[in-house]
Amino acid sequence: MPDKTILEIARYSPEQDTNPHFQTYEVPVYKEWVVLDALNYIKDKVDGSLTYRWSCRMGICGSCGMMVNGEPKLTCATFLSSCGGHKIRLEPLRYFPVVRDLVTELSDFLLKLKKVKPWLIRRDTPPLSQGEFLQTPEQLVSYKQFSMCINCTLCYAACPVVGLDPVFVGPAAIALAQRYNMDNRDQGAGERMAVLAHPEGIWGCTFVGECTRVCPKHVDPAGAIQQYKLKAVLDWMKRLLPPSHSHKEGQGESLNR
Amino acid sequence: MNPSTAKPRPAYTEFHPRWYRPRVSVYWWLGEWQYLRFILRELSSVFVAAFVIATLLGLRALRNGPEAYARFLHRLQTPTAIVLSTISLFFVLFHTITWFNLAPRAMAIRLRGQRLPDIVIAAPNYVLWLVVSVAVGWLVLR
Repeated sequence: MPDKTILEIARYSPEQDTNPHFQTYEVPVYKEWVVLDALNYIKDKVDGSLTYRWSCRMGICGSCGMMVNGEPKLTCATFLSSCGGHKIRLEPLRYFPVVRDLVTELSDFLLKLKKVKPWLIRRDTPPLSQGEFLQTPEQLVSYKQFSMCINCTLCYAACPVVGLDPVFVGPAAIALAQRYNMDNRDQGAGERMAVLAHPEGIWGCTFVGECTRVCPKHVDPAGAIQQYKLKAVLDWMKRLLPPSHSHKEGQGESLNR
Repeated sequence: MNPSTAKPRPAYTEFHPRWYRPRVSVYWWLGEWQYLRFILRELSSVFVAAFVIATLLGLRALRNGPEAYARFLHRLQTPTAIVLSTISLFFVLFHTITWFNLAPRAMAIRLRGQRLPDIVIAAPNYVLWLVVSVAVGWLVLR
């Protein structure tokens, strides 16, 4: 017989409830089971009305993020046996509106993501006949860490600034902006800086550093934001210099093609 | 049922479900050790500010002549000032060291495709600190 554990799960039904409440379920604990397996067990065998998001169950899709014992976690990457104690408390990711049970509302996050223009921006559009944009392994490495983000929003649930200041663009979006700034094929750093060198952007960050601690993909959003702040200050100082010394805006001037 | 004549339900509107919007408590920083540590660190800046103010007062006393400076030095020797200075020294050192250690996070410098190791970014800060401290010490104690 496998060990058993109790899951305390936040339930919220928009049709019936004004506030969430907790419901407890007893689930078996197998050595290889993650929290998501226990949720699927409840959904299949105990209570089909339990609502939560999941897809890949392998840390790629970023949809199964929840608060596990008060800590933002991907439930597909959190073993039941590692949660400790006989009770595991599951809540929807903090600071997000809750649609139902463990499902959070992501529209606001997606709008913020779009705001930082996370795509390659080019001032010129050379004809296809000129061939592809080439990139050396060194150029790839310079931004690869920031490109590992899976938009799981755990960093938003960890960041108190996100909770206290809902207009703050947030860690993942800024890290993703930095991912494109560092890409040698991109020329949009100036456009992104105009959006992010702002109290709602990088200057909203107080460097609590929790985003980096909880990131399941080791993106280091806090590092990205501090690097962005340094860049903003250097850009500002360069503007104080005479125009002949001023920095050429954007990157990717010396493209290998 | 014709939608135009249907009475809207008070609690639920189709396509616009009622989201639960949790409020952030004023005491959000008490619940978790990481948050509490962050707030304590921020609060300790008050002592760094106290040190800055004491230094500025010292400079003003210096400008106002030897008597004013002697009075300033005398005031620094009171037990309250000594306790405050000790606490300030601790937190100035704490903030200096943690700040220098964080510098590599903000400076991702790449040389020949490799990111410079953290120590290479942090070390010059410590060296400069030592040089300035020795220079100030020499000026004061000679």
